[in-house]
Amino acid sequence: MSDLPASLSTALGLVAGLDAKLLDIVALSLSVSLSAVLLSAVLALPLGALLAVGRFAGRRTLTVIANGFMGLPAVVVGLLVYLLLSRAGPLGPLGLLFTPTAMVIAQAILVAPLLVALTRQTVEDAWREYQEQLHSLGATTHQATATLLWDTRYSLFTVMLAGFGRAISEVGAVMIVGGNIDGVTRVMTTTIALETSKGDLPLALALGLILVALVLAINALAYVTGAWAQRRLG
Amino acid sequence: MHTIFPLTLSGVGFAPNAVPVLADIDLRIEAGGRTVILGPNGAGKSVLMRLMHGLLKPTSGQILWNASESRPRAQGLVFQRPVMLRRSALANVAYGLKLAGVPHARRGVLARAALERVGLAHLAERPARVLSGGEQQRVALARAWALEPRILFLDEPTASLDPAAARSVEQVIVDIHAAGTSIVMTTHNLGQARRLADEIIFLHAGRITERTPAGEFFQHPRSTEAQTFLEGELP
Repeated sequence: MSDLPASLSTALGLVAGLDAKLLDIVALSLSVSLSAVLLSAVLALPLGALLAVGRFAGRRTLTVIANGFMGLPAVVVGLLVYLLLSRAGPLGPLGLLFTPTAMVIAQAILVAPLLVALTRQTVEDAWREYQEQLHSLGATTHQATATLLWDTRYSLFTVMLAGFGRAISEVGAVMIVGGNIDGVTRVMTTTIALETSKGDLPLALALGLILVALVLAINALAYVTGAWAQRRLG
Repeated sequence: MHTIFPLTLSGVGFAPNAVPVLADIDLRIEAGGRTVILGPNGAGKSVLMRLMHGLLKPTSGQILWNASESRPRAQGLVFQRPVMLRRSALANVAYGLKLAGVPHARRGVLARAALERVGLAHLAERPARVLSGGEQQRVALARAWALEPRILFLDEPTASLDPAAARSVEQVIVDIHAAGTSIVMTTHNLGQARRLADEIIFLHAGRITERTPAGEFFQHPRSTEAQTFLEGELP
């Protein structure tokens, strides 16, 4: 890799110069993955909490599925969403394939099991402590679930950051359902894959640096939030 | 006002998975008293409290409130370790009021008044979980008291507290009783039982061996189990 230093300096130049093309790609990555996590969380967090608190048939099965699917291969999710959205598929008429919306859907599905499983674990730990007190005060399952979601909000924020980290760093799903169309559905990971195969290492490397920095920043934010909440709320 | 008393337990037993914890409990609790349940570890004191409060269902026998099977809301339970929600002391008290269906507009005033009664008005805005153990227990008492219970169950409310904090909690219990709430509590602190009890119920191996006015109990316990228990007291 004799051209690594040269590529690296060009890459740093792109980052430092706030290259317009580079910024577009980063912005799309962020908005797709952020939307995906928020969309997923709306359903996954309450479901995870219900799995912890509720006593209904199928609870264990759902828990095992959520735990097992945490490591769902992104390309498989991409394939499934592709089949759903392709012209011949059940949702084909919506014309969503190869749009950022399709990428959001794919990533939302991808991170859902992770969000459900981690939320269930977080809420279950709190529930073990709160259970008798909340029953004593006459809380219904619905009220208890809402209380636990609120009381574990900082831990759940960290859970969502974990989901965001998984979403923004995956390549398989967005590649398949987005199509990696220049200026439309091209995100950091798909660009890195494409530019590397084309031999344009500086752009790939610049995006790689940003991606790693973002993932690190996410983890730092999760750590700081957790420490702050522990200090402030106990 | 419609009364919830007497609370009657007839032939109550609790044996989850066929392991007997309590058996043949016959008990009648009238309004106004301060009843302390004593007994060694594992006698079933906490389980008895939870059965009366309604957190557990008896596996045999019947628990009736004024001849009705429905569990009244006007009764509370304070645990040995206070469970504080991750919010302010005031919000913890208001939370109980919310679950009891008190309209939003009145919760703040009632919660603040309850905190004032336990001497914690100055800590109302503090996150409850960073308060000291004694303060947390007083918040728990305020949360229970704000609901205006006719009877309050307390499961070893001072067991994890230092003497000063325990004394302040005892004072709150005295105040709650003076304001018209019946008290049923367990404790391992015999001095506390002497100070607070009108009558003692002694529990041994899941059965009630005696129920005696407090003064008499500490002089002349009737059951041999209670005599042995009192003789084992550390100086």
